[in-house]
Amino acid sequence: MTATTTLAATDPSGGPSRSASRFLYRHPRVRLAGLLTAPLLWLVVLYLGSLLVMIVAAFWSTDSFTGSLVKEPTLDNFRTLLTNPVYRTVALRTLGIAISVTVIDMVLALPIAFMAAKVVRSRRVRYAIVIAVTMPLWAGYLVKGYAMQTMFINNGVIDWMLAPFGLKGPGLGLLATILSLAYLWLPYMVLPVYAGLERLPDSLLEASADLGAPAGHTFRAVVLPLLVPSLVAGSIFTFSLTLGDYIMVKIVGGTTQMWSNIIYDNVGVANNLPLAAAAAFFPIIVIVGYLLAVRRTGALENL
Amino acid sequence: MTLSRRARWVLGIISAGVLVFIYFPLLVVVINSFNASKVFSWPPTSFTFEWWQKAATNEGVRAALVTSLKAGLGATTIAILLGAMISFAVSRYRFFGRETISFVVILPIALPGIITGIALNSAFNTVLVPLGITFGLFTVILGHATFCIVVVFNNVLARLRRTGSSLEEAAMDLGAGPLQTFRDVTFPAVRSALVAGALLAFALSFDEIVVTTFTSGPGIETLPQWIFNNLFRPNQGPIINAVAAALLVAFILPVYLAMRMSDAPGAVTQVGAEP
Repeated sequence: MTATTTLAATDPSGGPSRSASRFLYRHPRVRLAGLLTAPLLWLVVLYLGSLLVMIVAAFWSTDSFTGSLVKEPTLDNFRTLLTNPVYRTVALRTLGIAISVTVIDMVLALPIAFMAAKVVRSRRVRYAIVIAVTMPLWAGYLVKGYAMQTMFINNGVIDWMLAPFGLKGPGLGLLATILSLAYLWLPYMVLPVYAGLERLPDSLLEASADLGAPAGHTFRAVVLPLLVPSLVAGSIFTFSLTLGDYIMVKIVGGTTQMWSNIIYDNVGVANNLPLAAAAAFFPIIVIVGYLLAVRRTGALENL
Repeated sequence: MTLSRRARWVLGIISAGVLVFIYFPLLVVVINSFNASKVFSWPPTSFTFEWWQKAATNEGVRAALVTSLKAGLGATTIAILLGAMISFAVSRYRFFGRETISFVVILPIALPGIITGIALNSAFNTVLVPLGITFGLFTVILGHATFCIVVVFNNVLARLRRTGSSLEEAAMDLGAGPLQTFRDVTFPAVRSALVAGALLAFALSFDEIVVTTFTSGPGIETLPQWIFNNLFRPNQGPIINAVAAALLVAFILPVYLAMRMSDAPGAVTQVGAEP
């Protein structure tokens, strides 16, 4: 390598930039190394290194008097999480919320995605619907959280809308949390379902209709089975984003706690990083398990 | 699909209902920012610009906005450089571990923010703090850049795959070296994808709260942190509302532009707005 550098540098036919160019041309591996060194340092050393530190920290403990880290391997954190019934309740509640959010988003996404992909004829209207659904993704998480708070809060917008009927809204709490999270992640479900419907040939629907199936039957027997990978792709987002969330529940959840609140509180208030790191295993295991379980449906190619 | 007139109407009404579900709460925020009431109340009784003025002159909001802009610019710059480099490597070279790299790039955004957050937090505590680097704007930028790389990567990679390498080969055949080829052929081809990726990276960083919470230090408050902290303080409601309304208006345009410039609007949005 050194020899070539000297050769290129002493080449009389060009200036320094030309010889640098020639050197790079002759050494694709050097070009590749130049491209990859900095990004890999960042992602592997900084990011994967950090994840590794966290995984290791899950097996540490804290000194109950000083609160300082005790870096000796122990399984105590996992034992605490598995045996304390409070943690079990929160884990089950969080899974329940994630499943509810996913189901609600599927129910909301199907009709609008179907409308855009198969019913509307004009391309412009079709794109307008897709853009209208995706734009709020960028409206800001906290802005939407605040919007949801104004809806659900006592004497808020929902109470105001229901008042003429003599009813009252659910207020802040579990239901508000589920609906707010469904609100936040809805675009993540609409997009893959829309893409899946666009790929679905119209001829299949026509064939089904020609054979005498009413629209509802065609939907159940032809559309839904072919949409499974898209629905699963959407559910990966709604499900894992919900599992990792702890902010929305603070804004609209009243006193409700989700699993990530346990992680958050242990890093912050309780200053027990090892327990937090151990608690982080739960969403990682569930998400990775879910990804492995759905891999065979072809959903991962639909992301 | 051949649907009866009635089925079309039902579907249309449900779709309109979903759009109302999406936009009505946002509209309420905008309307309520002109509500003269000093505490949260709905419906508004009288009109005022007071909260917009107060939000615009609020010291905390200004400082937080400046912090957010700095963090966003820092993280976006790093993300553009690193994201573009990886996408060139992945699209133009074959090497061992190529598939793994794409996976590692996506990982910071695929895992919940709180996991990326505490991982970086514990690593900074173990490595940086003993070196004398304390939690502050710098660590926030490190954290944000980590999950912003993927949007630049996705955008530029999609463009590079679509344009192929034939133009570059033609340039080389005509005697251009790698540097000139990059300057005159490759860069102009990916420029708009870079801009789209950069806008989205900035938007992601600007909206981030979880990773920020775990990587920022005392005295550093980004705009989302300011909103979150004030959400639980009394009498701050109207100002938060005005800030939220301003953010809504400010976000729509750049994102719309980014969507138009990007090759794969689906892919762009799907690695989207993690909290």
